[in-house]
Amino acid sequence: MALLKKSSIWIAFIVALLGLPLLFDSILAISILNQMVIAIVFALSYNMLLGQGGMLSFGHAVYFGLGGFLSVHALMLIEFETMVFSILWIPLIGGLFGLLAGIFIGSFSTRKAGTVFAMISLGIGELIAASSLIFSSFFGGEAGISGDRTFGPTFFGFDFAQNIEIYYVAAVWAFIATLFMYLFTQTPAGRMANAVRDNPERAEFIGYSSRKVRFISFCASGLFAGIAGGLFALNYEFITEENLNAATSGRVLLMAYIGGLGYFIGPIIGAVVLTLMNSLLSNYSELWMLYLGIMFLLTVMYLPRGFAGFIMMHQLAWVRGNMKLLIKPYLVTTIPALLFTLCTIALIEMSHTEDEVFHYLGLVLNPASPITWIVILAIAGGAFYAVKRSLLQLNDAWETANAIPKEEET
Amino acid sequence: MKKLSISSKITRPFHKFLSAISLVSIFMLSNASTAQEPVRIAFMDPLSGTFASIGNTGRTILEFAVDYFYNSKGGILGGRMIEIVSLDNKQSPNETQLQFRRAVSEEIQIIFQGNSSAVASTLSQTISRHNRRNPGQEVLQINYSAVDPILTEDNCSFWHFRFDAHANMKLNVLTDFIAADPDISSMYIIGQDYSFGQVVSDTTIKLMNEKRPDIEIVGNEFHPIGQVKDFTPYVTKIVSSGADAVVTGNFGADMVSLARSIIDSGLDIPIYTFYAAYDGITATLGEGGKNKIRLIHNGVANPLPTEARKQFNRDFKIAHPNYDVTQPRIVNALQMVVAAMEETQSTDPYDVALALEDMRFTTMAGEEIWMRAQDHQIFQGLSVSVHTDEGVEFDADNSGWGLVTEYQVPLEETVVESSCQMRRPNR
Amino acid sequence: MLEVLIFATLNGLVTGFLLFMLASGLTLIFSMMGVLNFAHASFYMLGAYFAYSLSLYFGFWGGLIFAPLIVGALGALVERYGLRKVHASGHVAELVFTFGLAFLIEEAIQFFWGRDTKNYQTPDLLDFPLFTLFGQEFSAYRGFMMTISIVIFIALYYVLTKSRVGIIIQAAITHPQTVSNLGHNVPLIFMGVFGMGTALAGLAGVIAGPVLTTFPGMATVLGSIVFVIVVIGGLGSLAGAFIASLLIGLLQSYAIASDVGMPDLLNLFGISFDRSHPLNDLWTMNLPQIAPVLPYLLLVLVLIFRPTGLLGKREE
Repeated sequence: MALLKKSSIWIAFIVALLGLPLLFDSILAISILNQMVIAIVFALSYNMLLGQGGMLSFGHAVYFGLGGFLSVHALMLIEFETMVFSILWIPLIGGLFGLLAGIFIGSFSTRKAGTVFAMISLGIGELIAASSLIFSSFFGGEAGISGDRTFGPTFFGFDFAQNIEIYYVAAVWAFIATLFMYLFTQTPAGRMANAVRDNPERAEFIGYSSRKVRFISFCASGLFAGIAGGLFALNYEFITEENLNAATSGRVLLMAYIGGLGYFIGPIIGAVVLTLMNSLLSNYSELWMLYLGIMFLLTVMYLPRGFAGFIMMHQLAWVRGNMKLLIKPYLVTTIPALLFTLCTIALIEMSHTEDEVFHYLGLVLNPASPITWIVILAIAGGAFYAVKRSLLQLNDAWETANAIPKEEET
Repeated sequence: MKKLSISSKITRPFHKFLSAISLVSIFMLSNASTAQEPVRIAFMDPLSGTFASIGNTGRTILEFAVDYFYNSKGGILGGRMIEIVSLDNKQSPNETQLQFRRAVSEEIQIIFQGNSSAVASTLSQTISRHNRRNPGQEVLQINYSAVDPILTEDNCSFWHFRFDAHANMKLNVLTDFIAADPDISSMYIIGQDYSFGQVVSDTTIKLMNEKRPDIEIVGNEFHPIGQVKDFTPYVTKIVSSGADAVVTGNFGADMVSLARSIIDSGLDIPIYTFYAAYDGITATLGEGGKNKIRLIHNGVANPLPTEARKQFNRDFKIAHPNYDVTQPRIVNALQMVVAAMEETQSTDPYDVALALEDMRFTTMAGEEIWMRAQDHQIFQGLSVSVHTDEGVEFDADNSGWGLVTEYQVPLEETVVESSCQMRRPNR
Repeated sequence: MLEVLIFATLNGLVTGFLLFMLASGLTLIFSMMGVLNFAHASFYMLGAYFAYSLSLYFGFWGGLIFAPLIVGALGALVERYGLRKVHASGHVAELVFTFGLAFLIEEAIQFFWGRDTKNYQTPDLLDFPLFTLFGQEFSAYRGFMMTISIVIFIALYYVLTKSRVGIIIQAAITHPQTVSNLGHNVPLIFMGVFGMGTALAGLAGVIAGPVLTTFPGMATVLGSIVFVIVVIGGLGSLAGAFIASLLIGLLQSYAIASDVGMPDLLNLFGISFDRSHPLNDLWTMNLPQIAPVLPYLLLVLVLIFRPTGLLGKREE
């Protein structure tokens, strides 16, 4: 029964992965889904370092990128018939190369955790990104290298020309990678990684070399990042320096952190949310990066355990069956908060626009008239006040919902 | 205002965003089609991030031109409006792929793209691959600015048209200009360490050796792109090499910093460049760069040749006081694409591409330009212009400083051979 | 060759001193709060932009005085209402917060000032060559940059070691509890130090803006180098940061000035490779080409062989 309950989550996961393209079948949607599964594997591999092993890395894109570069080279080998194998195995090649890179770099960088590790990862990241531009015969300079995935042997008649076919390949690989990463957390090595993260000295006392434990997590993380890189190579059929530089390393940190480091599902949520924002928001406002930055800071400040942490906060109330107590206060707070956000966005966009008329939520606003500004400011102010007031109620409701029932107290 | 009708795509961002908050509506983009449906053209360039200023200027010019020439006059193809769809590729090859898929998803068949040769190559490859795999859903790439020669040489594609002179063509003219200066006996080449910088360096050395073997190349330096804080150490080397001239393909902040360091060091030698004007650069260089900095570009700077061209600049300035007409070739590209559509009465990329081949077109500057069928490369007169404040009717960055053309080469003399062996789709 | 050497040294020193102005604030903040402030270079950028705007109304000197104060005040506000809140969630959260802040500041600057290069110029007063050597001018402004940096270094050293405030700060770094018990407001000290550190970064931005170009990417160019300096110097060590700043400044300057590369090294051993060799890129690499990445190489080497940095004491 317990086994069934455990595996039901995984069955739901694979069904969701395979079913999504049936619901969202436009070219754009498939492209976003592809991005999403790659980001999920990448973010989970990052979480093995930071979330489970306590190693803050600023250079995780190195393993993703190197795996991707080798995968594209493998695609080229297939194209020129130097070697012939199905492209289904490409992510494995990426993963093995990521693992190799992890073994090499991990051999000296995992001696210490904390700031020393973080700074070595930053240095290595910058070095490899810079050398990728210098060694252009392997990395292809700033234009990168590209291959073609359709030249390998077909698989049951599929030649992988269409993105949807690659999506299913990626989804299956993502599922396998996710499963193995979960299983890793259950192994002694995964458990010890947590122990070393929390208290390396105590782990040493009970006979484990904290360095070796870190090294194992590091290599495993490199392997899975490489798999993600291989999936990237399959999906886009090209790879550039961009995929192993600091920006990519920063993005994976954001994904894992926003999603919630302490939870296995956290990075998955982060990967989905950030991919969606990245590919959708940018089409509606030039200022989307500004909003992303604000959202990110607010998340760090008010949801230190990320989205997953926020969801998990409700576990107790859920178990006690008190969720209904929270619905009304949540609504009372969320509606003015939403109003406040919309007004703020209106003000920001209005001060940025160069046009004389500004269309917003079906309203036609005039940025030149002070009345527009005063009205929006007044609404924003009112909404802000309402949020402030309702937060007190929400707090009370929260206390009640999580309070220990009378019977248990005694 | 003229601009309004066409820029609705940008001015109503949040109206659209909110209606789209439910994912479903975003994913299921409607494909409704009517007879008077607008002709949709994508503009794909960086619109956010570090390189955004160039992309925004380009988009402003394109949107203005669309309205100026067509939408305000009843549209094209018997009443169809042109709608510009902005796609922000952040000057990244990855994002370019994503935005390309978005364009395909929205059934856009013509994409204007200009910034970064790396992006242009990625897009060209992606489009060739896509068009081969998805017959009937072809897409056409209108490259208005990426100048790596390879795009119309070894890597040329039937679906790619370039409306700017490529680096070798420009260098051919620039080296002629340098070679004609008897005062120059040595020169220093410095550039960003990437494909365009290397093309500039290799071609300059090759051409100078042919044209003026007596000019000594005293330095050939590469620096990492966008990583140099201070160019003074490089300038020290230039000074000690005793060079009489500097040639560089740098752009953006690398260009400004390099020019400023040269000016600050008191070195009084000419600097020959590609991208040392507009988007804040002209204003920043100001007095220090006077008569020192020269650019090679297609078309003509001040004095503008025709009244029509001048009027376009004036009307543009009225509508967008903070922008300049930095790249009139965007307008040329648009006009030629529309001419091809009108000629074939079709917006199908294959028809438009065939009509563009070998097209000769007279621009608003009164100049006839030619799209070569062999490699889809435009040919047009090239100019060398100088950074100055004298005789500048149309300045840059509202600074009073601008470009004045010193040297002009007609179309015929810019024609170079191409190694392009184009693979043509069979229909 | 001599002139190259002299100018390389001068340039290295100018860059080194400038880097020190950033690194000093960063290392102070680190020793106090144990957090590496990723947004430090963003405050440097803010300094340049504020100074640019102020210089339009009050001239360069107005910007020089007021911009660092504004940046310092902003820094203090960030500490008071941002970092202090995040502090409870641990160091990683703080680091990620500053990481996000750097991102946000860059976006905000583009929102308020636009994305193009700003025409921020050196003051007319300093617009003359200080001296001319072998035909190359050394501008008075560069001399001014160096002077300011040295004055700051001396002032900082004096304040921290000799003044009462400095002694309280030093004590608060090592024994916050005790200092608090003695009746000092430790959170206020933290806020002050953060404000001062960011003000120093702002000042560096004010004086660097005119020569290093004021544009939205200026923080990124410098950001991680400052980190490298602080780590190489030894986290929390002001003297170490000073040595590392000059070291990095000179290293980069000399590397660019030198014209040696792999081909010379190979010639030394009498080896030569064909251009078609698969590792051609490696054999033709030269020092100026890789100069900007040398600091990272140094960083990795230092961390492997001496994880505490040059003058760092604390082992983590």
